[in-house]
This record gives sequence, C-alpha cells and structure tokens, in this order.
Amino acid sequence: MSAATLYGLCGAALVGLGLFGAIVHPQPLRKILAFNLLGGGVFLLFGVIARRGAAAGMGGDPVPQAMVITGIVVAFSATALAVALLLRLYQVSGSASLSSDPDGGGR
Amino acid sequence: MRILLDIVTVVAVSAGAVFFLAGTVGLLRFPDSLSRLHALTKADNLGLGLVVLGLLPQADGVLAALKLVAVWLLAQLAGATVTQLVARAARRGGQRA
Amino acid sequence: MTAAFVLDAGLALLVVAVAVWTIAAGSAFAAVVGFVTFGLLLALAWVRLAAVDVALTEAAVGSGITGALLITAAARLRPTEQRSAAERPAVPMRVAAGVLAVAVFAGLAALVLFPADPAPTLASQAAVHLPELGVGNAVTAVLIAYRALDTLLEKVVLLLALIGVWSLAPDRFWGGAPGLRPSASLGGELTLLGRLLPPVGIVVGIYILWVGAIAPGGAFQGGAILAAMWLLVMIAGLQAVPETGQRWVRMVLVAGPAVFLAVGFAGFALPDGFLSYPAQFAKPLIIVIEVVLTLSIAAILGLLVAGPPERERQR
Repeated sequence: MSAATLYGLCGAALVGLGLFGAIVHPQPLRKILAFNLLGGGVFLLFGVIARRGAAAGMGGDPVPQAMVITGIVVAFSATALAVALLLRLYQVSGSASLSSDPDGGGR
Repeated sequence: MRILLDIVTVVAVSAGAVFFLAGTVGLLRFPDSLSRLHALTKADNLGLGLVVLGLLPQADGVLAALKLVAVWLLAQLAGATVTQLVARAARRGGQRA
Repeated sequence: MTAAFVLDAGLALLVVAVAVWTIAAGSAFAAVVGFVTFGLLLALAWVRLAAVDVALTEAAVGSGITGALLITAAARLRPTEQRSAAERPAVPMRVAAGVLAVAVFAGLAALVLFPADPAPTLASQAAVHLPELGVGNAVTAVLIAYRALDTLLEKVVLLLALIGVWSLAPDRFWGGAPGLRPSASLGGELTLLGRLLPPVGIVVGIYILWVGAIAPGGAFQGGAILAAMWLLVMIAGLQAVPETGQRWVRMVLVAGPAVFLAVGFAGFALPDGFLSYPAQFAKPLIIVIEVVLTLSIAAILGLLVAGPPERERQR
C-alpha cells in the first residue's frame, strides 16, 4: 500500500468522523469543530489526488494543492463567521442552543 | 569522516528521542499539573535540543544549520512562555477549588 | 515493510485517533486543544504528501489561527456546556448518523483504493509556463497566475466574512473596537514574548512571502504569520486594538483585492484579457500583488479573530 493510499484512507475516516460529530453533538461549537475535521479530511483527499498526479519533476500536481490552500483559508473565514454568530446568539438569548424546544433553552 | 558525522547524528537524535519518551511518560504518569509541566519542559528543551544537535551534521550549508538552531531557540522561547502561563492558570485554578 | 511505511501508517493512525478524541472529549476547551494538535499532525501528513506549501498553510491558518479563534469562543461559551449536554440526540438518531458516517467513509475509501488509472494531472502543463512568469514554485504560479480568479474571489470571500462578523455587532458599536482585550490575568511573560517574538516573526513572515516565488511559502502563509504577530502584541496589551471604523484600517483591508482587481482590468487593455499579465512585467506585477495581498490577508485574519466591535466608537 502506498503512502498516498494510506493518507487517502485517513482522509476518508476523517470525513466520516466529522460528519458523525457534526450531526450528533448538541453543542454548536463542537459541531463547528467537527465540521472543520470533515474539511480536513476532504483536503487530505485532494492531497492524495495531487500526490498521485506527481509529474514533471514535482512532488505532486500543484493545481489541487493550490485549491486546498484556498480552501483552508475559506474554511477559516466560514468558521470565524459561524463562531461570531454563535457568540451573538449567546449574548442575545443567554444560551447557545440550537434546539427549538423551549425547555432546551433556545427560542 | 562521513561515518563519524552519521554516528554523531544517530547518537544525538536517539538521546533526544529518549528525552521525548521520558517527557511523555512523565506527562501521563505525574500526579499534578506543575510536575507534568516539569516533565514536558525537559522534553522540549533537551529533547528538541539534542535532535537539532544531531541534525546539524546533516544540514547542507551554514544557512540550513542556522535555521535549525533558530527553530530550537524559537521553540524554547514559546515553550518557556506558555509553561509559565499554564502554570499560573493551574495555580490559580487550584486555589479556587 | 519499510521504515517510511511504518512512519506513514503511524502518522495516519495518530491523526485519526486525535480526531476521535476531539469528537469525544468531555469539554469544548479540551476538544479545541485536540483540534490544534490534529492540525499540527495533519501538517506533518501534508509534508509526507510532498505538499509543503499546504503544510505551512495548515499549520498557520488551519491549526494556529483557527485554534486561537476557537479557544476564545470555548472559554466564553463554558457556562452553556452543562445545559446543552442534555440535548444529546436519541439513540436511533445517533445510530443513523453512525451508519451514514460509515457509508460515506466506505464510499470514499473505495475511491481511494480503486483510483482512476493513469492518475489525472496538470503538473506538466503547470511547469511549461513557469519560466515566463519568473516564478519557480508551481503552487504559487497556480494561485497567482493560472487560477488567479480563484484567489481574487477568495479574497472577496474573506472580506465578506469580515463584514458578516462586524454586522453582528449591536448598532451603537458599529465602527468601534473589537472585543479582543488584553487579558489582565496574563502576566509579564506574555509582555516579554510580545516584545521578543514579533521582530523575529515579522522577518519570518516576510521571508516566507518572498521565498514563495521559488520554494514553499507565499502570501497566505506569510500573511498568517504576520497576523499572529499582530494578535500577540494586541493580546499582550502592547498595542491597542484598532477601531474598525478608522479609515486606514478599511484601506488596508481592501488594498489587496483592489490592487488585484486593478491589475486584472489592466489585463484587458495591455495583454489579452482579464487577469493576464504582460510577459515582460509578469514578475514585478506578481510581486506587487503578493506584497499588498499579504498585508490585507494579515489584517483580515487578525480582525476575524478579534471578532465583532464590542465598544462604542471614540473617534
């Protein structure tokens, strides 16, 4: 098994884990974290495609690598926006719950 | 000459790895935050220092060697500061509890 | 079984194990610490995949700056943790989520194990035009020349995210300073670090930007390091957090995308279309764009971490 295949399986596992965490965790902050794990897994799959496309004396195909760099920065800006929304929700409602059930503390 | 330098590398990096191992065991086994920090700093300072020392003979050129030393110095600075901050937070948390 | 295989397998397992721990950790604070560790290990995986540019970005942005953002949020949201722990979904829902996650993993794993052969690649096409651009690093060439439109739009996304974050402030705070405040509980050590590290960090940031033309590095990685230095001096209380309404702040924020756009439109008049560089000026143009972009990226990343305005405008 090549190194690229190993990291590809690792990326696939991260996507699965992140998806599970994003659905199951009740705290929005933990959902954001899980979503970032999912993103890390997707990026790693891109990295595997890049590695398999190694040619012309380069260690990997530069196009997927550049897309991942763009992706990491966009993922950060989405995370920052999500965190700001969450903190504002907490400020306004005194709770950080996504539940629509009044006993759950949401609105 | 080459073989001598290689031996220096193997010995120093292995010694560094031992420090990292000891630091990790300490981190897992020591009873309170301050002694765990104590174990960690040994791994950071001496472990990384020995690894860098071992890699110096393998560096191509003075510039690459200086970069390695800079990595060690920066890790020292960051490690020392963060250890102080964590220790203070742990102490304050301990007093409150 | 070679040593390299053992290293790769061990690293891949460790990445997954830390990810599991991040999902399972008892408190959000612990989960964020796990996430930062995960990011650093992932950066090592990127090095093993021969993608050092990505490794630098992952370590600086994916792990470092995202970690700084999340750890502040986790500390602020600590009072809400007990309550939301009671909202855990019922068992059937958790089982369904588990089945879905395993199915997605299996599908992706099948794609990895039975890939297209021969592997598609644009590496050789990317290599052909490198000498004309005067850029030796193919990843930088893709970001700033071949797929410049992506990078330009990404800058706009960053700006939009910042406007979104600012818009969450109450009306009376619009244009005021962000909530980031020097922490009184952090003592002299942070002040010392805030004095010693930035001179070194700024040099490293500029070096990473400059070396990006021929070796791993570039505007994102350099900008992230500069942003980290800026945040450090602000948290250590050595420099005030700027008010978001000040003109110079706004100018720095839009300078990068604006210069990029201006060069893009100039491409209509001079060579042959939007965002195409005239051959004899390609290198200087790329340097100008990268330098201004780096400043804007540093400012945007820093202000995204600093959060929405939380004080009334003074000036």
